[in-house]
Amino acid sequence: MSSSPLPDGLAIAAETPEWSRRHRRLTWSRAGRGSVPYLLILPVVGVIGAVLGYPLYSLVRLSFQQYGLFELIRHAGVSIGFKNFSSVLQDQVFWHTLLRTVVFTVANVALTMVLGTALAMLLLKLSTWVRILLTSGLVLVWSMPVVVAVQVWYWMTNYQNGVVNYVLTQLHLGDFFHHDWYASTFSQLGIVTALIVWGALPFVVVTVYAALAQVPRELVEAAEIDGANSLRTFRDVTMPILKPVLLILTSLSILWDFGVFTQPFLLIGQAHTSPGNYLMGTYLFEEGYLKAEFGRGAAISILMLFIVALLSVYYVRKMVKLGDVE
Amino acid sequence: MRTKRAHQAGWDTLGIGIFVVMVFPVFWMISTAFKPEDQVNSLTPTWLSMHPTLQHFRDAMKMPFFWNDVVNTIIVVCVAVLIAMAAAFLAAVAVAKYRFTGRKLFIVLVIGVQMIPGAGLIIPLYVVLARYHQVNVLSGVIIVYISAVLPFSVWTLRGFIMGIPKDLEEAAMVDGSTRLGAFVRILLPLVAPGLVATSVFAFITSWNEYIYARILLNDQSKQTVTVWLSYFLGTSKHTDWGALMAGSTLVAIPVVIFFLLVQRKIAFGLTAGAVRG
Repeated sequence: MSSSPLPDGLAIAAETPEWSRRHRRLTWSRAGRGSVPYLLILPVVGVIGAVLGYPLYSLVRLSFQQYGLFELIRHAGVSIGFKNFSSVLQDQVFWHTLLRTVVFTVANVALTMVLGTALAMLLLKLSTWVRILLTSGLVLVWSMPVVVAVQVWYWMTNYQNGVVNYVLTQLHLGDFFHHDWYASTFSQLGIVTALIVWGALPFVVVTVYAALAQVPRELVEAAEIDGANSLRTFRDVTMPILKPVLLILTSLSILWDFGVFTQPFLLIGQAHTSPGNYLMGTYLFEEGYLKAEFGRGAAISILMLFIVALLSVYYVRKMVKLGDVE
Repeated sequence: MRTKRAHQAGWDTLGIGIFVVMVFPVFWMISTAFKPEDQVNSLTPTWLSMHPTLQHFRDAMKMPFFWNDVVNTIIVVCVAVLIAMAAAFLAAVAVAKYRFTGRKLFIVLVIGVQMIPGAGLIIPLYVVLARYHQVNVLSGVIIVYISAVLPFSVWTLRGFIMGIPKDLEEAAMVDGSTRLGAFVRILLPLVAPGLVATSVFAFITSWNEYIYARILLNDQSKQTVTVWLSYFLGTSKHTDWGALMAGSTLVAIPVVIFFLLVQRKIAFGLTAGAVRG
């Protein structure tokens, strides 16, 4: 554990051989000090090990076991090899859910990022008071707890007298009187998407806007004087500076939306969750937890976490690089 | 000049339009919560009632287990945040002030752990916590929440600690105080605002948490407010939208207030910390 002070100690020993006793004391105090950072991170490592490491280990074990309610009471599963995995991988529902989740994630991330960037650019064009108004509004939306937001959206889109139906009808976008937004899978996931994008926009807009402030005004003006149109200026001047931020935001959004649970579970669930509208999160909950098939659920979890791990490599590497810079 | 002004007016109108659309759900929640019953249920919506009432708030508070679950949430959140902050602060000092073998591995751990979707661990956490009799008791949820807020707390605190000039710390050491003395007298007061901001953020995250509270606490008297709110519609046949919106407002109020207080301070750490409301 305390190997780090060793090279320093050796270097001192080589330089000052005649002060050997003092050097010894120095090494000891250095060794003592060398263990300080390890003691400091010990509580965090301990908690993460106990609450994440150990469950991850049992997740792997569970996935090779028959583990239902009976086994839960006995606290011991029965080993069945790869049966859980083969059962999941041969299940049409798994593949359909995976495909649906991928499409859902792409749609959500694309909408979030495009609208977020556009809104951040719009903020630059606004008069000061409108910009403060809009930013305050965004922060207010940002602060809404997810469960609260779900209830409010459910109320706004309800079949009886949802205000969304009223407004859309008034705007002559069609007859939405008693329109049921939860009647088809497409419409259900559409509402969930609207809710997620609405909730995610403030974070993206504020972050991209902060990054836009880094773009030197003179550069944009110079490009405009040189006759570049706004699209060209955006692509060649603004974009290179925004790119790192956009990449981090995109990879974060992918991870969040792929593993999303609360919004689809509560918004659709209040009507009815079914294999036809599963996303990975709700699929796992229904098939693993509610049906108490913990072994099979564990296999689904592992497959899901494996995909998430692949997706997060980019983000984690970027952030670690950031953490290494002092 | 005139076209420029017309342009500006156009952008501003668009900005105000987007403001209205974005804020509408929040407005509609509050507006509904104060509306008399007949206006809530009418087919033509009343945007803002001229006869506001507190009846829905009284109804929501009278719902079974409301106060019970508020107390549970406060206990869970406060205990989890206090323990998590103490542990996170120590680790943040280690990462910000020391070079040591395994430092990079630790950073990878802290960042990587945040990428695990909550839904992915419900099965093993449920099974493991059931084995140690931590299901349906507050301590089980507290343990989970501590680990949930630890990673981003370490990360944001590390940023605050690194913001402190090294000279200050060194000056204190030269003046004859020990490293611990320098730490307590110089570092701690300077980090205090960051510590408060991070705690508040951890508070919000735990207060809003839903999935683990849902699977780990089955007994209605043991639940937290988010679970209470999610079961609201299921408790009666007739949908009491007014009370639901009043309940939603009540659950949101502490979070909104706290969030507005610290949002500025934490905004930059957020990109790194990866927390979304």
